[in-house]
Amino acid sequence: MFDFFSNINVNWMGLRKPFIAVSILVLLAGLVSAVVRQVMPGGTEAFNLGVDFQGGTVVTAKFKGDRPTDDQIRNALEGTGLGESVIQGSIDKQDEVLIKIPLLEGETDITSEASADAAAEQAPERQAVEEASTTEAAANTNSTGNEASPGSSPASTQQSPADESQVSKGPELVRNALNTFGNEAQPNLALEDDQNAKYKIVGIDSVGPVAGEQLRNQAVIATLLGMVGILLFIAFRYDWTYAAGAVIAVFHDVLITLAFFTMFQWEISLTVLAALLTLVGFSVNDSIVIFDRIRENLTLKRTQPLFDLTNDSINQTMSRTIVTNGLVFLSVLALVLFGGQVLRGFSLALFVGAITGTYSTIAIASPIAIWWQDKLGEARMKESKLDKEQKLASASRRSVARRPVSD
Amino acid sequence: MNNTTLLIRTAIIFAVTILAVFLVIGPRGSFTASDFSWQGITSNLENNINLGLDLKGGLHLVARVKTDEYLRDLTLSNSQAALTAAKEKNLPVSDSSFTAENGTYEVRLSVSDISKSDEITEAVRQKVDFLNWTESVGSDSISWSLPAQAQARIKEQATDQAMQIIDSRINQFGVTEPTLQKRGTADSGEILLQMPGVEDPKRVKDIINAESKLALYAVVSPPNPNLATYPTREAALQSIGGVETDTRKVYPYTERDDSLGGGDNDQQNQQPSQFIVVEEPPIIEGDELRDANAVTQTGNEGDYQISFSLKPAGATKFGEWTGRNINNYMAVILNNEAKSVAFIQSQIFDQGQISGQFTQANAEDLALTLKSGALPAELEYLEERTVGPSLGADSIWAGVTAALGGLIFVILFMLFYYRGAGVNAVVALLLNMVLTLAALIVLDATLTLPGIAGLILGIGMAVDSNVLIFERMREEIKDGKLVSKAVELGFDRAFITIIDTHVTTIIAAIILYLYGSGPIRGFAVTLILGLIINLFSAVFVSRTIFMWILDRNPGLKKLSI
Repeated sequence: MFDFFSNINVNWMGLRKPFIAVSILVLLAGLVSAVVRQVMPGGTEAFNLGVDFQGGTVVTAKFKGDRPTDDQIRNALEGTGLGESVIQGSIDKQDEVLIKIPLLEGETDITSEASADAAAEQAPERQAVEEASTTEAAANTNSTGNEASPGSSPASTQQSPADESQVSKGPELVRNALNTFGNEAQPNLALEDDQNAKYKIVGIDSVGPVAGEQLRNQAVIATLLGMVGILLFIAFRYDWTYAAGAVIAVFHDVLITLAFFTMFQWEISLTVLAALLTLVGFSVNDSIVIFDRIRENLTLKRTQPLFDLTNDSINQTMSRTIVTNGLVFLSVLALVLFGGQVLRGFSLALFVGAITGTYSTIAIASPIAIWWQDKLGEARMKESKLDKEQKLASASRRSVARRPVSD
Repeated sequence: MNNTTLLIRTAIIFAVTILAVFLVIGPRGSFTASDFSWQGITSNLENNINLGLDLKGGLHLVARVKTDEYLRDLTLSNSQAALTAAKEKNLPVSDSSFTAENGTYEVRLSVSDISKSDEITEAVRQKVDFLNWTESVGSDSISWSLPAQAQARIKEQATDQAMQIIDSRINQFGVTEPTLQKRGTADSGEILLQMPGVEDPKRVKDIINAESKLALYAVVSPPNPNLATYPTREAALQSIGGVETDTRKVYPYTERDDSLGGGDNDQQNQQPSQFIVVEEPPIIEGDELRDANAVTQTGNEGDYQISFSLKPAGATKFGEWTGRNINNYMAVILNNEAKSVAFIQSQIFDQGQISGQFTQANAEDLALTLKSGALPAELEYLEERTVGPSLGADSIWAGVTAALGGLIFVILFMLFYYRGAGVNAVVALLLNMVLTLAALIVLDATLTLPGIAGLILGIGMAVDSNVLIFERMREEIKDGKLVSKAVELGFDRAFITIIDTHVTTIIAAIILYLYGSGPIRGFAVTLILGLIINLFSAVFVSRTIFMWILDRNPGLKKLSI
């Protein structure tokens, strides 16, 4: 029988202050990174939000033969008035490239003024279209002018203003830029099957500012409501103090993960959101396993102070914690290493989350639960054990009996 | 614990497993020999599981019907109609105005003699549909305003109408199982369109947006064979006295065009070389069309025509006109351009053809837009995503290799670390995967990339359940309990923890499902299913295996764990 992790006896609760200090340090680093990036002139946004959450366009293009260098592509994009694009080669597939362009000006008031000149270029164009249509209308009614293009083709008059929006225009501008390298493959042909083609757009994500904001708000609201649900259920099964501990720990995990995302400017996309939800699940799971053991021990060892009891509970479940989380951690490591470009953000978020999830259960959830019980006035941290019997809080049958907390 | 319970438990497990395996890799219909080959199994698997667009490739569009604009147009036309209706009856109405902004839609008639208000409202009601509008009479005006409730209902109707039109248009693409549904609140006007396998968003949007106006006109010209055409618009206008009038209009006439193809290739397209003069009003308009189809005699690209047929009323009118105008010219005007001009050889009733030497795609698209009418209001696109099949396949591959790699690693570790008991864990894990997929199939749910994330979390919690149980058993054995007692206690104690962790996560997942949208929902569904199934596979099944072992060796002293 392999059994590496039994008989562990660490005073986890005694380490709570350094633990919490580490958490605060990481959170502060994240906060500083976010604020500095936001405030610094010419800096990036606090978070590298994917187009899913702030609007914009990402085009995945696949090239035949040698793919143009990032600089060549950037030059071509600048030629179509797209300055601030991000060109990202694929690590695992040499012939593919991700092109991310921000929201086009005029779509939103959130974007920086930097792309104002792009808008200036577009404005006269729109005006010109309007003028053309008014002259034509005039010509139709009284025909006195000698207008230049009497029969402007129906295709142009048919184009609705909707086609001017980010969602449709973004991909078109990228396509125009890429056309400088050669033809795009026919819509229904694979790149290899089209002799004349140089490239093919294999994926488009184009999100308008409204939809981006909707997705963002919905994600935040759903996650927060989910946490409220967790809070209520744990409060019902255990006690408010434990519920608070678990939820704060989950919050902590999400924030720490986000701190890493702002510090390293990893992109936050929809798959990262899925990963954040996953780590919320793992983290709560971990907290409950320990809480459950505390609850069990409370009935078994009626006289033991909560402080030691919590330590014991953490130590008793340590073998399970290490096996489960070790497995999760190693699986996620495999995901980071071999999961490929598509799952990169997902893997990174889970990777950070798997570590903080385990850590926060021991370092955050349990100390907060105990600290709160202390604050409730039922007991003092340094209280003598003499009168503890009187101080046992009356609690519902299901909930954890409050008892003196002692160091 | 006796033999009967063990037997019943085993029977349940086998029944559920066989059913699930059949659902996942079995054929829909009767078995054939090929269903047992590797190829047959994989193709059945592909057919059975409903993959999301992000995995199988396709087009995902979110559009919003500009319902505000629709209401504005409605208010404007009602305002004009009300004025006309009152003036027709010579009632003392001087002017009409309207407000259409910030959720207020109101029509006002300025009345010079308010004592006639009853007559005015009576006259207006006969001509204008103000049924859901609130009427109020002031000192010098009468106004109708649209209450918020009615606004919402009209917006909803406009959205429904737009969806019907979009539906009829996209159906012609022949895409298998396109999804068209409302998003957001009932009157938000948001529509989600998903078309698997479609990679050309431009063509789809063109077809949805295109508004094709067809009309048949009499050409002002001497009879066949002397069609009067003019080299320039000026020349054409000259012939009717320099100005277009209510009864005479000038249209460009090209014999070759590809009008709906957009701006791609009309550079090399020749400019209209001729102009013709036609008589207003048209003989037949687009709304009298019954059907339109792309047809070709030769099958050559660029040699397609659009044949159309007319509704009975239109056909009568058309027959009458053609009967009177043998040898005269008739023009088919499509989107303000004469597509073809033909002389009438004989009386025609309900059939006609637009010959414009279209390409197949253009002819089909045009026929389609002619048939389905115009959208009630413009569309605004909020989201556009296309996933090429290769990109989707890459995502599946990445997800599946990652999941399988993780699974194999976990299985090896469990066998190594927990020995005999590890077998239980492996059985439980594999069963969890098969059952979750089967449940997805039964519910007709879609598997997306976030869904795979949910699946992975479910597997993680399945492993955790086993670890919790095994660690507990080890503790009990170390405490000196009998093997049979340790197994029982291990399951009983760990079960409480497992229930708590699972219910917590299920609650969170249900909330995510209720308040989240597409991708979040995909995650929530697989997670909820995986967790519920886990209670069966990790607890019920695993315990049955232990029961079976104890049943075979009643006095077992040492458990392989």
